[in-house]
Amino acid sequence: MNIIVAIKHIPSIADDLPVNGSNLDFDSVDFVLNEFDEQSIEQAVLVKEASGGTVTVVGVDLIGELDNVLHLALAKGADKAVKITADDPGADSHQQAGWLAEAIRDMSPDIVFTGVQASNDLDGQIGPMLAARLDLPYIGGVSSVDVVDGAATVNKEFAGGVGAKYAVSLPVVVGVQAASKPPRYAPISKVRQIAQTAAIGKVAPSGDGAGAGLAFKKMAPPVAAGHAKMFTGSPKEVAAQIVELLKGRGLA
Amino acid sequence: MSNDIFVITEHMDGKFSDVSFEMVGKAKELAAALGGQAVAVVLGGGVDVNGFASDSTIQVDDPALAQFNPEACGKVIEALAREKSPRLVLFGWTATGMDLAAWLSARLGQPCVAYVKGVSLDGGGLTVSSQVYGGKMVAEVAPQGDMAILAVLAGSFPVEAGQGSTAASQIASPVPLDGLKVKFVEAIKPAAGDVDITAQAKLVSIGRGIGGKENVELAEELAQALGGTVSASRPVVDAGWLPRTRQVGKSGLKVKPKLYLMLGISGAPEHLEGMKSAELIIAINTDKKAPIFNVAHYGATADLFEVAEAMLELL
Ligand SMILES: Cc1cc2nc3c(=O)[nH]c(=O)nc-3n(C[C@H](O)[C@H](O)[C@H](O)COP(=O)(O)OP(=O)(O)OC[C@H]3O[C@@H](n4cnc5c(N)ncnc54)[C@H](O)[C@@H]3O)c2cc1C
Repeated sequence: MNIIVAIKHIPSIADDLPVNGSNLDFDSVDFVLNEFDEQSIEQAVLVKEASGGTVTVVGVDLIGELDNVLHLALAKGADKAVKITADDPGADSHQQAGWLAEAIRDMSPDIVFTGVQASNDLDGQIGPMLAARLDLPYIGGVSSVDVVDGAATVNKEFAGGVGAKYAVSLPVVVGVQAASKPPRYAPISKVRQIAQTAAIGKVAPSGDGAGAGLAFKKMAPPVAAGHAKMFTGSPKEVAAQIVELLKGRGLA
Repeated sequence: MSNDIFVITEHMDGKFSDVSFEMVGKAKELAAALGGQAVAVVLGGGVDVNGFASDSTIQVDDPALAQFNPEACGKVIEALAREKSPRLVLFGWTATGMDLAAWLSARLGQPCVAYVKGVSLDGGGLTVSSQVYGGKMVAEVAPQGDMAILAVLAGSFPVEAGQGSTAASQIASPVPLDGLKVKFVEAIKPAAGDVDITAQAKLVSIGRGIGGKENVELAEELAQALGGTVSASRPVVDAGWLPRTRQVGKSGLKVKPKLYLMLGISGAPEHLEGMKSAELIIAINTDKKAPIFNVAHYGATADLFEVAEAMLELL
């Protein structure tokens, strides 16, 4: 079985997000793997372990630093890694989905995994767009996948523990919310060793390159309706103020 | 092209979700300004379809739409959009709408905006605001062309404006829905047996900042000292540190306790959906720019472990 994982390298939201004009200043942000892609990589490797096949991880190299992420994916059990050399830190989901679709079509996938969403999916997620371009069905919000005899059984989550089980004939694009087991840990030593030996496939972006069709007017932190009243001082002083507040309200 | 606004409503167990009404209300306002109609689109049956304030409601009923099926819904919506060329197609940015909005965008070659918090018209031009980067940023964009697909965050518009009594008309599916590759098998019900966090007056809620399963005990001690229970954000549950029954948010449970004490939760929109109407929200986070401080009533930029331990000594 040919298992493909399409990943997204995105600006880290752990740090400040500087703005340049009406969009992020992509030159001054750190890029990280979309957190839901960690889940989709894990789910892909779990499917391979249960049903056989090879896992190929493919992503658009926006800033020339995708190798680190691909090495980690290989250390977690992926078999092959491919980067699409775009060198465009501001490429939107539509552009990335277009390039990924061209690369993945050539790989003749049986199942394509993506993260259910990314925090920079302003113009929508790459998973459904890949499915539309490849003319495959898409199902997202998925929290477990089993593949038997050319068909997948997936659990999709709605809310509050309510979900539904679907049977899907392959090929299909799956948007993973959470893998059926927490993502495994790859020891740094293993990642380092892979970084020295692994061959990463390179593909030039191809296709129509169509973007999202959105004109940016502004990018700014939200104008907050309010802001928390902040307790200051040492942690002990903060704790004392919280306890006092709670006691005052009959909550402690 | 028309100036109509299509709202793809969503329902489960015989009830429409709030966001369906929110979108219909907003669509009415926008359609009135554009000289078009707000059209509520209902896929499937088993629900009272005559409760929207839309200009018209169309219900597409077909056995393939009896339960949510992304492939069947996609086919119907694509056919309707091609036939009627609405100005806007609105989806909820929900477990169901998230399967469809970007897909439709790529099928039709029309722009899509996700995480939508606001839509405004000035001089006929459309400006859409979208809450991206985990709620840390708001983007304002103008979709180009004469159709756009918007996926709206729940809680963005008032529910009441979309409630009314427009009588729906029924139509057959505009496309054949046989030979689908995706088939609904069965519903999955929540696991029972754990404490019901929606019934708790006090929740100590932990996020990824808790760092590991071994630290959950500290939160449990604090909850116990306060006479409450521990709840969590999704990553804590996905990591297996707490059971799914403790998850608060969009794909978890909606809670409204008297006290919601948050330790190491950033305040992503999906988490806020589940707790923003708590009576007293206190957030401890090391990141002074964490979005949760825009929502919490009280907060401190501090290490959760130090604060929790100090609180335990005082309680
Ligand atoms: C369809 C969908 C549904 C979802 N449903 C839900 C849902 O129901 N519930 C939910 O919660 N999420 C949900 N999510 C996930 C959501 O997008 C966020 O990923 C999640 O809420 C983030 O959780 P967090 O705040 O714990 O983690 P993070 O965003 O990683 O935040 C951790 C925070 O801890 C702080 N921190 C770290 N160390 C410390 C310390 N020592 N002391 C104090 N603070 C510290 C950091 O500054 C940071 O702000 C959903 C996502 C999707 C796509």
